[in-house]
Amino acid sequence: MTIDLKTVKHISKLARISLEEKKAEKLANDMNSIFEFIEKLNELKTENVEPLTSIAETALRFREDKITSDNIREKILKNSPEKNDDFFVVPKVVE
Amino acid sequence: MTEITSLSLFELIENIKEKKISSNEVAKSFVYRSEKSKKLNAYVTENFENCLKLSKEFDNKPNFDLKLPGIPIAVKDLFCTNEVRTTAGSNILNNFVPSYESTVTQNIWNQGGILLGKLNCDEFAMGSSNETSFFGNVQNPIAKDLVPGGSSGGSSSALAANLTPVTIGTDTGGSIRQPASFTGTVGLKPTYGSCSRYGIVAFASSLDQAGPMSKDVKDSSILLEVISSFDKKDSTSIDFKRNNYSSELTKNIKGIKIGIPKEYRVDGMPDEIESLWKKGIEYAKDCGAEIIDISLPHTSYALPTYYIVAPAEASSNLARYDGVKYGLRSSGESLIDMYEKTRSEGFGEEVKRRIMIGTYVLSSGYYDAYYLKAQKVRQLIKQDFDQAYNKVDAILTPSTPSSAFKIGEKSNDPVSMYLNDIFTVPVNLAGLPGISIPAGTDKNNYPLGLQIIGKPFDEQTVLNIAYSMEEKINYKNNITDWWME
Repeated sequence: MTIDLKTVKHISKLARISLEEKKAEKLANDMNSIFEFIEKLNELKTENVEPLTSIAETALRFREDKITSDNIREKILKNSPEKNDDFFVVPKVVE
Repeated sequence: MTEITSLSLFELIENIKEKKISSNEVAKSFVYRSEKSKKLNAYVTENFENCLKLSKEFDNKPNFDLKLPGIPIAVKDLFCTNEVRTTAGSNILNNFVPSYESTVTQNIWNQGGILLGKLNCDEFAMGSSNETSFFGNVQNPIAKDLVPGGSSGGSSSALAANLTPVTIGTDTGGSIRQPASFTGTVGLKPTYGSCSRYGIVAFASSLDQAGPMSKDVKDSSILLEVISSFDKKDSTSIDFKRNNYSSELTKNIKGIKIGIPKEYRVDGMPDEIESLWKKGIEYAKDCGAEIIDISLPHTSYALPTYYIVAPAEASSNLARYDGVKYGLRSSGESLIDMYEKTRSEGFGEEVKRRIMIGTYVLSSGYYDAYYLKAQKVRQLIKQDFDQAYNKVDAILTPSTPSSAFKIGEKSNDPVSMYLNDIFTVPVNLAGLPGISIPAGTDKNNYPLGLQIIGKPFDEQTVLNIAYSMEEKINYKNNITDWWME
């Protein structure tokens, strides 16, 4: 199986990473060599194997749904690249 | 001044407790040496002034009951530190200053540790040579232009160069053990769920685990005791009875059964790795261990499995970097355009490559063929270990298939870089504890490590075997301070 340029561009759209034409080709090459290496898994029959989804064999813990932090609005907004007093600011999304 | 920095953590603690040296003297020594060692590029962010100030405060009101009384410690820049910049080695977090503290670092400060600085690492811990860091390559103090390993490369470099008495790293596929092996130091990856992941910049959440790095095994046991804790803030933190690792440490491993997995004898493995392993087996026997041949039949599938699971989880974890709430933002004409430009400019090549692989294996139509398949093989790899542990208490392997390589030597070939982690990755997939200890050198006099893998939650046995073998091996790093200004 090979990953072509079109697929690479589609994946980069899904991943929200803009990609120059020149870099897309290099990336396609890299991905192909990595997937060639990954294909080895097809040697194994795994129909009857349970997938391992978590190594920690414990059930998720429940907790009360209550607020544990005080007003931390300023702390949360502190690192935002663009903000006004109360909100994160993004480029306009409605016409 | 220079003598203080070559003491072990244990020796520093003893000296401070006996009031032979003060915390401030210790801090000054490490700050001084760190400032003379800029060529290593081990630090991303220095906290020297604050460290000196806090050490004075400790001396004015000392508490010698603490486990790390006034000890300065530099940590990998993947741990969020309150009010101290945390970059994860990435441009996208270049200006990020957390307003909270990771549990693991908080545990260190609670026991008297003082932050010395934040150490360089591969971007988002994705790399085996520290060459993917936005903040540049790190030098291995062993020799010029040699990689320090990765992803905890700033940590291993700083530790081997005596810029910090101990340090902490994170290990997703070998990122503590491989750099320890490359620098002649000790690195322990604990059982998954031992050390809280809260406040650690996430890479692959089902694999990530923090652990100690130190100059000897005893120091790792002290630091593990401090950082290992149950934490409600991490949903996969495990509530089990933790040992007093340092006080229970013993060199008596008589009758312990150590397995030697035949599948780790991989094609093209250099003779010096093979002979190091053989020597290791002899050392283990000398220590009183019983050696048993075992089989881990799915070993060769571990790396391909890892290179599906880890990128898949990474692509999901790194979706949060969108230029909205924190980190870098590039300007774009629309919201989507802003996202795409921010992520393109903010992430480096290796990180983008892994996000792309992860997005692909999780995308519609490919999920079953790749991600589900990998999770099933991961089960088989874990079962291999479960079966082996019916017969043995621990497993002995080499840490890496080679010694440290030159900067630039492997950076153009991702697969050859990935092969570095061939002996360490299975341990993460199975969630087991593993330690790398220095055990010898290659023909260039570069360090080589041996890995001891334990049963889940049995860090104590791993440490005891390492402690016992360390004495027999009697490894000494030959570092000449060539980088010092």
